[in-house]
Parts: sequence; C-alpha cells; structure tokens
Amino acid sequence: MPTKPAGTLYRGREGMWSWVGHRITGVVIFFFLLVHVLDTSLVRVSPEAYTAVIGAYKNPLMALGETGLVAAIVFHAFNGLRIIAVDFWKKGAKYQRQMLWVVLGLWVVTMVAFSIRHLSLALGGH
Amino acid sequence: MTATQIQSPRSGNDRGQSSSGDSGRIAPQYRRNGSARGNFEMLAWLFMRLSGVVLVVLIFGHLFVNLLVGEGIHAIDFGFVAGKWADPFWQFWDLAMLWLAMLHGTNGVRTIINDYAEKDSTRFWLKMVLYAATTVIIILGTLVIFTFNPCPVVDGVQLPGGFCPA
Repeated sequence: MPTKPAGTLYRGREGMWSWVGHRITGVVIFFFLLVHVLDTSLVRVSPEAYTAVIGAYKNPLMALGETGLVAAIVFHAFNGLRIIAVDFWKKGAKYQRQMLWVVLGLWVVTMVAFSIRHLSLALGGH
Repeated sequence: MTATQIQSPRSGNDRGQSSSGDSGRIAPQYRRNGSARGNFEMLAWLFMRLSGVVLVVLIFGHLFVNLLVGEGIHAIDFGFVAGKWADPFWQFWDLAMLWLAMLHGTNGVRTIINDYAEKDSTRFWLKMVLYAATTVIIILGTLVIFTFNPCPVVDGVQLPGGFCPA
C-alpha cells in the first residue's frame, strides 16, 4: 500500500508553499507582461489610441487589480532573492525558513506603503 | 526487481582506468556534460538568477517612477511615454526590461510546461506557442521603442511637449 512519506522536510512546509507561490505569481506576471507590451505598443499607432487604452487602467476596479499585480511582483522579487541566497549562500539552505518569514515581512511593509500611495492617487479625487 | 542491472559507478569500466578523468566512473546516461544539450539547462538556471537580480532593480524603478511619483497613474498618457522615450536612458532601461523580463518569463513558463505536460506532443506544441508569442512580443516591443516618434504632427499641428523641437 502506498503511504504518505513520513517526516519530509519539504512537503507541505514553507519550502513547498513558497515554491507554489513563486510559480503562480510568475505565471500571472508573465501574462500581464504580454498584455502590457501590447497596450504600450499603441503609442506607435496614435496618441489617441494609447491614451484611450491607458484610460482603462485608471478606474477604481483596475486600481485594485494593479495593487494585486504589484503584490505578485513584490513577492516574486523578494522570494527570488531568497532563492538566490539558498543557492549561493553557504548557510542559505539552513536558513531558508527564516528567510521566507523575512520575505513575507518585507512584502507586507512594501505593500502597505505601496497601497496607501497608489490607492490614494488612483482613487483620490482627481 | 531489476537492481542487478544497475552497476556500481566504480565498476563500470572494464579497463579499470578510473584515474583518466571521469569518463570511466560515471555511466554515460548519468553524465551531466558532453550530451547533445550541452550546458543549456545550467546556463538557463544561471540566467534566471542573474536576470532576476537586474529585474528587481529595473521593475521596482519602473513602478516607482510611473506609479508613485507626482500624480501617479493619472499622469500616464501619450505625452508621459513620449517624454520618457525622448531620453536614451529610459529607452535603454525599457529595452533591457523588455528583453530580460520576456526571456526570464519564457524560461519560467518553459519549466512549468516541462513539469506538467506529460505527453510529448503536448509539451512540444505548448512550447512552440510560447516561443512564437515570445518572439512576436520581443520584436514588437523593440521596434516600438526604437521607431517611436515622440513628436508626432497630427493634422498639421505639432503636439505640445517640452522635449520637442519648436
């Protein structure tokens, strides 16, 4: 009978979930990047076309979407630096769990600051 | 059990010349170099880390300048982009961001396809679609950055912009 491997260090723990988060945020960012290059390319079509499409980024719902996108980017960035530390720093693998908590702490601080600034600009009376 | 077919790495060489490099000590199918793929996977792994560090700087700078300074997102319109790309500094910044982000993202999605698509033909076609999309986006973006005219004349009228010649 196949049984669940007992006492794994990795499965279901910080290492696995950070890997899952890194994959999901990576895919989300990649698909946004494809769209973002296409919308920016409209500057080459005409000033009106670009300004019309970029106007779609300026409504309240999109402001929340942008905040979610930046949340994905910031996690992917900080966790990516953690992966580099795991790979290249002698004690990286030993401290990978602690480094994930540092990543999440920095992520919260960065996102609180970004959200206050971006949402007040985007949603504030213009 | 087929364990008897597996030879010890140290006994695989009839000639017993293990002192002449690694060629006799590691069975061919486990060797990590000298294959047809060369060092591609190692270079891809290294590229992810090097481009990742640069992208953190490029993208954080991009988000800061475009979303957090001045009026933020409300300032973004044609004139905003034109003003940035009138300066070779931002042309190079955005070009580097385009190429590194697209190659970094493409290699990431390639890894995910290799992990989850089990059928050979599915894996092949998903990657062909991926590479086609990547090629189109990189070429399009590069052309836009370099063929863009920040000072277009619309209906015989020069659009306003402090960076345009009068």
